[in-house]
Amino acid sequence: MLRVIGNEDTMAKLQFVDFGGMVRTVEAAVGSTAMEAAIKNGIPGIEAECGGACACATCHVYVDDAWQTAVGAPTAMEEDMLDFAYDVRPNSRLSCQIKITDQLDGVILHTPERQA
Amino acid sequence: MTPTISTDALIVGAGPVGLFAVFELGLLDIKTHLVDILPKIGGQCAELYPEKPIYDIPGFPSVTGQGLIDNLLKQIEPFHPEFHLSEMVASVESIGSAEAPLFRVITDAGTVFETKTLVIAAGGGSFQPKKPPIPGIETYEEKSVFYAVRRMEDLRDRDVLIVGGGDSALDWTLNLQKVARRVTLMHRRDEFRAAPHSVEQMRALVAGDQMDLRIGQVTGLGGEGGRLSRAICRGNDGSEFEIVCDAMLPFFGLTMKLGPIADWGLALDENLVPVDTEKFETSTPGIFAIGDINTYPGKLKLILSGFHEGALAAQKVFRYINPDKRLTFQYTTSSSSLQKKLGVSGT
Ligand SMILES: Cc1cc2nc3c(=O)[nH]c(=O)nc-3n(C[C@H](O)[C@H](O)[C@H](O)COP(=O)(O)OP(=O)(O)OC[C@H]3O[C@@H](n4cnc5c(N)ncnc54)[C@H](O)[C@@H]3O)c2cc1C
Ligand code: FES
Repeated sequence: MLRVIGNEDTMAKLQFVDFGGMVRTVEAAVGSTAMEAAIKNGIPGIEAECGGACACATCHVYVDDAWQTAVGAPTAMEEDMLDFAYDVRPNSRLSCQIKITDQLDGVILHTPERQA
Repeated sequence: MTPTISTDALIVGAGPVGLFAVFELGLLDIKTHLVDILPKIGGQCAELYPEKPIYDIPGFPSVTGQGLIDNLLKQIEPFHPEFHLSEMVASVESIGSAEAPLFRVITDAGTVFETKTLVIAAGGGSFQPKKPPIPGIETYEEKSVFYAVRRMEDLRDRDVLIVGGGDSALDWTLNLQKVARRVTLMHRRDEFRAAPHSVEQMRALVAGDQMDLRIGQVTGLGGEGGRLSRAICRGNDGSEFEIVCDAMLPFFGLTMKLGPIADWGLALDENLVPVDTEKFETSTPGIFAIGDINTYPGKLKLILSGFHEGALAAQKVFRYINPDKRLTFQYTTSSSSLQKKLGVSGT
């Protein structure tokens, strides 16, 4: 049977708020990462030089206060990589390490003024 | 002065693609020298993701970045390539002709090569220290802000602020603590990636009031005429504070910058080197570009593609070096002459 993988994926909505306050809403497949959705949709402020390998810290985002519990905390590996990001805050995450789940439908992520 | 090294082929970059080019050139009896700015072999694979698995190397369902480099080194061992590490190729000057190319290549350490062909396998460019985007930091560079320590003496009796939590930050903290007036280490959290024994040494010095450890991030710099007098910092609770310092060393890892390649007279396309897809030669006859550094219609930045590019470039390199010899196509499986070069016997 021929089928196009991805067509029947459940989608979630993500909102990226840039440094100037502009909101861009994009769709992301459940199971993909917030970084992938940002790159696919050309969200400014996300560079993702290493393509999601948690090796560059240029996909840094701030999780909106209301969404922090749902998104959760970074792993030890991600914490190490966050050392290379600029202006790290308690709600900092690397967007390539945020897996989109149904629970994250509507999640709000703020992009920093600049990536390191 | 060191004597000029004469060679048939010089490879810029000891990443996976440069390493495999040694193999393909070696099969054609071409001896190689490699130069890399990093102190270690392996390019991105060894520097950025040594522990992470790669799944798309043909014949290896899974191999780590370092594992692939180790295997490549084993594979090229029979050809005895010569490595010049911690050196950056700074300049390339053409001193031959289009038919018989010859290049004088000089590194920042002063090594001079005369090579008939140049193979650029420089990946994303040379690895260089990342500069944290602190506003105005450029004005203090060279005088007060340093991304590498060339002479420890320059920092004698100064108030040194070191920022970071990895091995470079901790190693320099321990070394400079002996010569500086006072060393302050600043990191964004009270956990360090650096080797545990250096962290212990650092904590002992802090406990003995021989240096300071502050948790937070530098947000601004103050000073005059390029001379730093203080760093403005923010603690994790949001509080602002200042650290008195007249030198700062930020260690935020490495990033890849095209670097001196831009000045070698090659045609460039958005920081990449355009090549043809038959020989992977650049706009300068005798200079080749393979791996992540090159571009052509359909280019994929994959290790796999770089291996293929090296094999094809080697054929043309052979023709430059042996204009009168015929090149016969052979398999390593069945050619006794190739097997002799590899030091194996097929039967
Ligand atoms: C996190 C991550 C995951 C990846 N995963 C995969 C994967 O699964 N599969 C895959 O195929 N690819 C993957 N890649 C890409 C792959 O690593 C690159 O395609 C590959 O490293 C390119 O090899 P290279 O030899 O061309 O260049 P590099 O590995 O970039 O090496 C180039 C070397 O040249 C040196 N150099 C540059 N300029 C100079 C100079 N002027 N003087 C001296 N030295 C110089 C640099 O210091 C560097 O060491 C990944 C990359 C990253 C970052
Ligand atoms: S894309 Fe490089 S760390 Fe996320």
